[in-house]
Amino acid sequence: MNQLSEKQHIRRMKRRLFLNRFSKSIFMLSAFFGLFFLAVLLVKVVSEGIGSVNFDFLTGKLSTQPERAGIMGAILGTFWLMLVVAPVTMFVGVCTAIYLEMYAKKGRLVSFIQTNISNLAGVPSIVYGILGLTVFVRVLDLGNIVLAGGLTMSLLILPIVIVASQEAIRSIPFFLSEAAYGLGATKWQTIQRIILPAALPGILTGAILSLSRAIGETAPLVVIGIPALLIPFPGSIMDRFTVLPMQIYYWTLDASLVAEYANLAAATIIVLLVALFVLNSTAIIIRNKFHRVF
Amino acid sequence: MNIRDMIDQNQRGNSIRRRIERLIPIFLTLIASLSVLTTIGIIWTLLFETVEFFKRVPFLDFFSGTVLKPLSQNPEFGVLPLLMGTVTSSLIAMAVAAPIGLMAAIYLSEYASPKLRRVVKPILELLAGVPTIVYGFFAFTFVTPLLREFIPSLQATNILSPGLVMGVMIIPMIASLSEDAMSSVPNAMREGAYGLGATKLEVTRKVVIPAALSGIIASFVLGISRAIGETMIVTIASGSTKNFTFDLTQSMQTMTAYIVEVTGGDAAAGSTVYYSLYAVAMTLFVLTLLMNLIARAVSKKFREEY
Repeated sequence: MNQLSEKQHIRRMKRRLFLNRFSKSIFMLSAFFGLFFLAVLLVKVVSEGIGSVNFDFLTGKLSTQPERAGIMGAILGTFWLMLVVAPVTMFVGVCTAIYLEMYAKKGRLVSFIQTNISNLAGVPSIVYGILGLTVFVRVLDLGNIVLAGGLTMSLLILPIVIVASQEAIRSIPFFLSEAAYGLGATKWQTIQRIILPAALPGILTGAILSLSRAIGETAPLVVIGIPALLIPFPGSIMDRFTVLPMQIYYWTLDASLVAEYANLAAATIIVLLVALFVLNSTAIIIRNKFHRVF
Repeated sequence: MNIRDMIDQNQRGNSIRRRIERLIPIFLTLIASLSVLTTIGIIWTLLFETVEFFKRVPFLDFFSGTVLKPLSQNPEFGVLPLLMGTVTSSLIAMAVAAPIGLMAAIYLSEYASPKLRRVVKPILELLAGVPTIVYGFFAFTFVTPLLREFIPSLQATNILSPGLVMGVMIIPMIASLSEDAMSSVPNAMREGAYGLGATKLEVTRKVVIPAALSGIIASFVLGISRAIGETMIVTIASGSTKNFTFDLTQSMQTMTAYIVEVTGGDAAAGSTVYYSLYAVAMTLFVLTLLMNLIARAVSKKFREEY
């Protein structure tokens, strides 16, 4: 093996160090590319839509005339949709998590259900739309009402809620339940009075994050056939409805026909993003404020 | 009340409590089986109608046909134009998301200080939380017009712009999963390489990435799966022309966009078009399921134990 002269060695070393510094800056640019993109997106949406956000727009009815159109119907629709999605997913998700973590014997069945849940999480949302269309709208003949849309959305976000609740329950240390058992509490009493209250912040955080996913999700509702026609404001879960993302969808599609629709779509996006921002910050606050390390 | 009464009362309370204790697990089992029911529901709805579709349109015609004209006089049902659209848009998305996502992961895991990581990672995850309809709007009203400045032949709806935007949407997913894989590479391995005089780049390239490769590949496969199933961006920005072409400036329809088009239109229940919806959805479902299974197998099989 021939040795390097000192000169050669220095040259090589310089090259290696330069490469190191150079690639570091490229890696850094990549990491900040997403943030840059997000900033451009926000600037674009806000600059295009902020002019249309006013009281009349927020409280008005849908209209074919852009200057008179409002999104109260979509806001109410989103509200009613959440009124179905939140309790259903919370209940089913938490019950499933309790079963898997506290009752089920670790074995084939549990790992089957677990695999099944993680597969469900990877199913495209539009497939849930077809499931909802077939089962809720056609077979159960509910039509495109809040209940049908809400149940479809619940199935979609259920895997996320289950996994989050499982993690929350798993993080409760065993000595807490042992203490309860030691005082003579039954299993259900322990779950009900010790484990669930302790796991609640984690469960709530997961639930809120998945709800924000449901609020922004469009594809399943398009498939179910949620209209953006001039329908009356929804007043119960049995009414027809539209939601904010659907409104954005229709206005974006029609933006090439009526240019003002692009502004309305952008304005609706602002409202949607503000709602998501509020939900996400709530989740973070809950996590930080009520999170206890045992 | 004497002691005897109290004991009786307690016993009575206990028997109710005992019954609850016995009923609760049964009840919870029923609820937990809902997730399995959902899967059965998906497969059941897709399978029946798909079988009906293949009674009308031969299996081979569907998977080898390059023409999709569901509503013409002589309808043709080739799925290849849709597959083409789906694969093309996913490849464009991965061409953006894989390198940028991986490099972002490298930066966060190897170069960034823990403090910076704690700030950048959540902001990056905000990207993943932006509803896809917003990305669709952005692709259609901003990215496409912008790209047209450079590529005049670009159509108003095309596959390039939604592909690129989809790539940005997937960056956080790949970055986050790859970063997890790379952070779990033990420090002793890095230190060994540093001790031999390697630079940070060399350690990353020759030690960390090979060690975390299974996780990185799995994140790529999951990214592809996500791109295949993505709906709103392509529905809005890539149009509904059923093109069988390699030309990225053209409008192309993906499988997901076709499903939206058919359900949004008035395909009468029982018509062949109606059943084609389920055949396409089944293809989509099987494709994404395969991807997810591959991702799981890769991360399991090649997981190196330290």
